[in-house]
Formats: sequence, C-alpha cells, structure tokens
Amino acid sequence: MASVVAGVATSHVPAIGAALDNGRSGEPYWQPLFAGYEFSKRWIAELKPDVILLVYNDHASAFSLDFIPTFALGCAAEFPIADEGWGPRPVPPVIGHPELAWHIAQSTITDDFDMTIVNKMEVDHGLTVPLSLMFGQPAAWPVPVIPLAVNVVQYPPPSGRRCFMLGKAIRRAIESYPAPLRVAVFGTGGMSHQLQGPRAGLINAAFDSQFLDGLIADPAKLAQMPHIEYVREAGSEGIELVMWLIMRGALDDAVTAVHRFYHVPASNTAVGHLILENRR
Amino acid sequence: MSGTDAFDDIPGTTLFNAERSRQGYALNMFCMSLMKAENRAAFRADNAAYLKRFALTPGQVEAVLTRDWNRMLELGGNIYYTSKLGATDGLSFVQLAALMTGSTQEAYAQMMLDGGRGIEGNRSKTERADG
Repeated sequence: MASVVAGVATSHVPAIGAALDNGRSGEPYWQPLFAGYEFSKRWIAELKPDVILLVYNDHASAFSLDFIPTFALGCAAEFPIADEGWGPRPVPPVIGHPELAWHIAQSTITDDFDMTIVNKMEVDHGLTVPLSLMFGQPAAWPVPVIPLAVNVVQYPPPSGRRCFMLGKAIRRAIESYPAPLRVAVFGTGGMSHQLQGPRAGLINAAFDSQFLDGLIADPAKLAQMPHIEYVREAGSEGIELVMWLIMRGALDDAVTAVHRFYHVPASNTAVGHLILENRR
Repeated sequence: MSGTDAFDDIPGTTLFNAERSRQGYALNMFCMSLMKAENRAAFRADNAAYLKRFALTPGQVEAVLTRDWNRMLELGGNIYYTSKLGATDGLSFVQLAALMTGSTQEAYAQMMLDGGRGIEGNRSKTERADG
C-alpha cells in the first residue's frame, strides 16, 4: 500500500523563482532566504519520495474567470510551464503520475469531495517555486508531481475546515493505492502578504508564528478559523494559508517539525516553511 | 447581496467577491489576453483601440488608460489579472504595490526590508475611528 511519508509547507513567491532563474540567489537580499532551505534540500534528497502531491493555487495562468474550479487535480502525464507574462520560467516540465492521480480523484469523489479532474494544464510559479526551493536547478525534476490547484483568488475559497478534511480524504486515497509508493504532500502559498490596494505590504509576523504553532500542534482547532480572520490578520493574499491545512490533514494528528524557517521579506511577502513528519 | 459586507471593515482592501467578479469580468479578461505576446504588442501600439475589443465600461477604460490601479480594483479588477497589465508595462508586483499604496518605490522597498506594514492600526476601520 502507498503511504504519506512527510509534509512540507512553503511559500511560493514568484520573485524567488526569478531570483534563481536570473542567477541572483547569492545576493545579500536573497541569501538569507535560500539559506533557510539548505536543510530541506538535504532532507528531501535523503527521503527520496516516489511522488509529490503539491497543493498550490493557479494565479490566473491555467484558469481565468472562464472556469473557477475549487479543487482541481492534475491527472495528466506532463504539465508544461506557464508563460505568466515574462516568458515561461526556464525550469523542466513537470512530470505527473496519472495512475495515482486518477486513483486519488476516484477515491476522494467517492468520499464526497467533488474534485475537478484536469487532463491538460499549464503550471505557474505556485507549483514550480516550491520545487525550485526543495530541489534547486536540476535538468529534470527528480520526482513525479501531482498538482492540486485550489481556488483562493475568487471569493469564497474553500474553508480551512474543508481543506483539512480534504487532506484526510487524500490520505485515505493514498493508503488505498495498491503499489507501495511513498508520497510527500506539499502545502504552499502564504504566509502573511497583501499585494493589492492601500494596505499592500502588510506583514503580521505574530499571526504567522501562531499559525505555524497551530499547524504543528492543533490543526483541528486552526482549521476552524474563518476567512475574515485570514484576510484581516494575514492580508488579502494571506488566505492562501488554507492550502497548508490540506497538507496537514494528510498527516497524523501528532507530528514532529523537523525544520521550521521564517523570513521577511521576499518581495511583498513573509516566507514560512515547515517540514513535518509523523511521529514514529 | 454577496454576504461579504463584514470584509468592508478591513481598511485598504478590496475583496474579490461575486459582485466584483461579475462587474470586472471584461476588465479581467482583457488583462488575461495580455498573456499572449501578439496581444501585448497590439495593446502597446494603441491602448484605446485594443480596449474596444472588450466590453469594458467607460469608467474601466478610463482606469486602464490612466493606469489607476486602485480604481481598477474598485471596478471589479483582481490583482492577479491587473498585474498582467502591470507586467505589460514592465512593472513587478513590488512596483505595482508601491503605486497602489501611494508610496515612492524607495520608501515602499525600505518598509518591506524593515518588516513590512505593521498590523496595528490596519485591522479595522472601526478600530481606527475609535483609536
């Protein structure tokens, strides 16, 4: 049977990708940020997961206002890199895992989650920046990735509670897959940031710290937080943090945080990063 | 009614709710069209002529032509779409954010380096009025 071997949470700021792609990661502005992922790169090279299920949001790249799926699961064999207005990021295409993805779609839908199945989808910085942070700049990504795109652009996004429950359903799906695949689940986006309007630039380090604490120790309680509290305390784009609860739901109630990192700023955003393992 | 009135109490923030999405559909889809290089070229060649391809309101046309970024949000624009117009103009998210806050690029960049805009006094319009 397949299993969930670890959870990773990380921000997915586009400027991080641009810094890497343009060879600026060693600059004083960026160096502290990338230093926070040195442990993570070693950790994942040792863990060698067979598949990554990566929860992220599309930023009006694959989806526009024409279609707004709440939860969209990428079941394709390959996902091309989106051109977000500056040309596609010079990173390898993302290789999927259609067999496991279809199994997860089938299992979660049977389990009452109305998943949208996607067979053709370009992926943007929301998905590729976390891969770059964890794997650097390889010629090919070392592991297949199943994208799970969550709407957090059009209000209302799914609730934290719904995301947490979906994480649990994804775990049940993975654990009912017959081959012994070791799956890592990534939850991305956040932390506090606001990109729009006169309040742009908002950062709330105290909120972020409490969110990290709650995600580790008491995610069921954290999942009850209403949308307005995310927007008020963490900024209009801080709502992306609901996606971290999908990852958390796929893990045991009791986890160990083997790595925790927080840095301000990356462009307009507070960067948070956690690596969680089930307690053995 | 969209059931999102409570969010109006958050200062300097425009929630992209159902009403704004309906109001801003053409505006946002105009921005989406700028994902294609040939459309960017046509738009750059003649902003006003290009905008005629989309069913924008006169107010939305004015906001685009004058690059009034906050007004675009008020008229149903969403930042992930208007940022594509920004990218067409060569503006990054940081540069756009600075423009929307009315700050200079230098002052905004320094604010972010200093830890960003603080939350105190920025949670609630009511709280501000009381304080």
